[in-house]
Amino acid sequence: MPSDWKAEPAGLLPLGFEAACYAVGKRTLLGPIDCVLDSTPGVHLVLGPNGAGKSLFLRLAHGLLQPTGGQVRWATEAAACRQRQAMVFQHPVVLRRPVRANVEYALGLRGLARAERHRRSEEALARAGLTALAARMAPVLSGGERQRLALARAWALHPDVLFLDEPTASLDPAAAAQVEALIGDFRARGTHIVMSTHDLAQARRLGGEVLFFHRGRLLERAPAAGFFAQPATREAAAYVRGELFW
Amino acid sequence: MASLVNELVAAFWLAGDLLAGGDAQLYGIVVLSLQLSAGAVLVSTLLGLPFGALLGLGRFPGRRVLIVITNAFMGMPPVVVGLFVYLMLSRSGPLGELGWLFRPEAMVVAQVVLITPIVVALSRQIVEDLWAQLGDQLRSLGCSPLRAVPTLLREGRWSLLTVVLAGFGRSVSEVGAIIIVGGNIAHVTRTMTTAIALETSKGDLPLALALGLILILIALLVNVAADVVKTRAQRLEG
Repeated sequence: MPSDWKAEPAGLLPLGFEAACYAVGKRTLLGPIDCVLDSTPGVHLVLGPNGAGKSLFLRLAHGLLQPTGGQVRWATEAAACRQRQAMVFQHPVVLRRPVRANVEYALGLRGLARAERHRRSEEALARAGLTALAARMAPVLSGGERQRLALARAWALHPDVLFLDEPTASLDPAAAAQVEALIGDFRARGTHIVMSTHDLAQARRLGGEVLFFHRGRLLERAPAAGFFAQPATREAAAYVRGELFW
Repeated sequence: MASLVNELVAAFWLAGDLLAGGDAQLYGIVVLSLQLSAGAVLVSTLLGLPFGALLGLGRFPGRRVLIVITNAFMGMPPVVVGLFVYLMLSRSGPLGELGWLFRPEAMVVAQVVLITPIVVALSRQIVEDLWAQLGDQLRSLGCSPLRAVPTLLREGRWSLLTVVLAGFGRSVSEVGAIIIVGGNIAHVTRTMTTAIALETSKGDLPLALALGLILILIALLVNVAADVVKTRAQRLEG
């Protein structure tokens, strides 16, 4: 079942952070961040040690959190732009219903008609190699299968921008490779990827542009090749060498 | 001690006789009890689950107060509820026109008042925990908290079944409220619990014990049935 959707992130991006902060009580966990993400590099890699604010950055960008200071602005108005994004989390969240129904549920929330829901979910499950498991209850899948289901669900939404929060962190190498292959499929469709990862080898493979976070601040921003060859800051250099843990 | 044992043995025999003999009066009492509890649980579930879910998901002023109140109402003394419903439904009360006092309707109302807080409070907790777990993903997919209500009620269906059973348990075993608003009238508002209260006060301990045993048996059967349904369904769901 071939599908010919094509992502068009150009209308949605650039995404601008203007002195954006996120604080809980008096503790500022992230920011202030000033940066503009445009669609040119195709991939934005969000790197940094634990607690650097990578997840917060992704959640602010996706709109799951509102900045407590400053602004996060997409190129189009808020209502339309969430519809054009999708997010995959480190621990895939699936509903207690069959695999296929999980994908169709997401499409139902977008208000798609039954026939279209069916067509898109079959195509997405095939893409993720889950066709044989389509009738299985989602909670019984393995971790890798659940993450592929999360990606299939995102695929069916035909997102222009896809956020991935450490999508392979709890997977074994084989499952991680499958997830990476699916991310490659998204890129082939033109979907702009914004992804955090702890796997530096994976980051090197994906390329694109690196945003390096440390203690809630965006410390460094550079094309991946340059970042890994010659990090500009002391912290990034230590991180790339595997010496900076927090 | 020996006399108590004798009474218990006698009660078992009497319970067996009553059940096997198809005693019409006994069956009337048992059927009314079950109808009453089923009706009250049904109404409380229909009211309580959506309200509990909204309380778990919504963010509105006064929410914390409502949560504390429903939690507190879980332990409301039945006699007080009975008295309150009695005043509402009595001839001169605001709902006296209905003519429900000393009828099964009044007992259903009293039990709904007793059970609904249990259903609300427990389902609120379940739905809130599910939202903490699934909320980010659901919101990412474009699911509003209101739209999430049916999703999460379905997601938590097996935990919520336990909530309904808790409501049924409270309902079928309760006596204080229904004896006040129902009046324990033979063939009209006499249930197992009110009959036990009556027989005990009359000194007919074997009959009271027999009714008690039947009540426990029924509660056990309902829970066994629910457990069978639950394990079957969960096995089907993998």
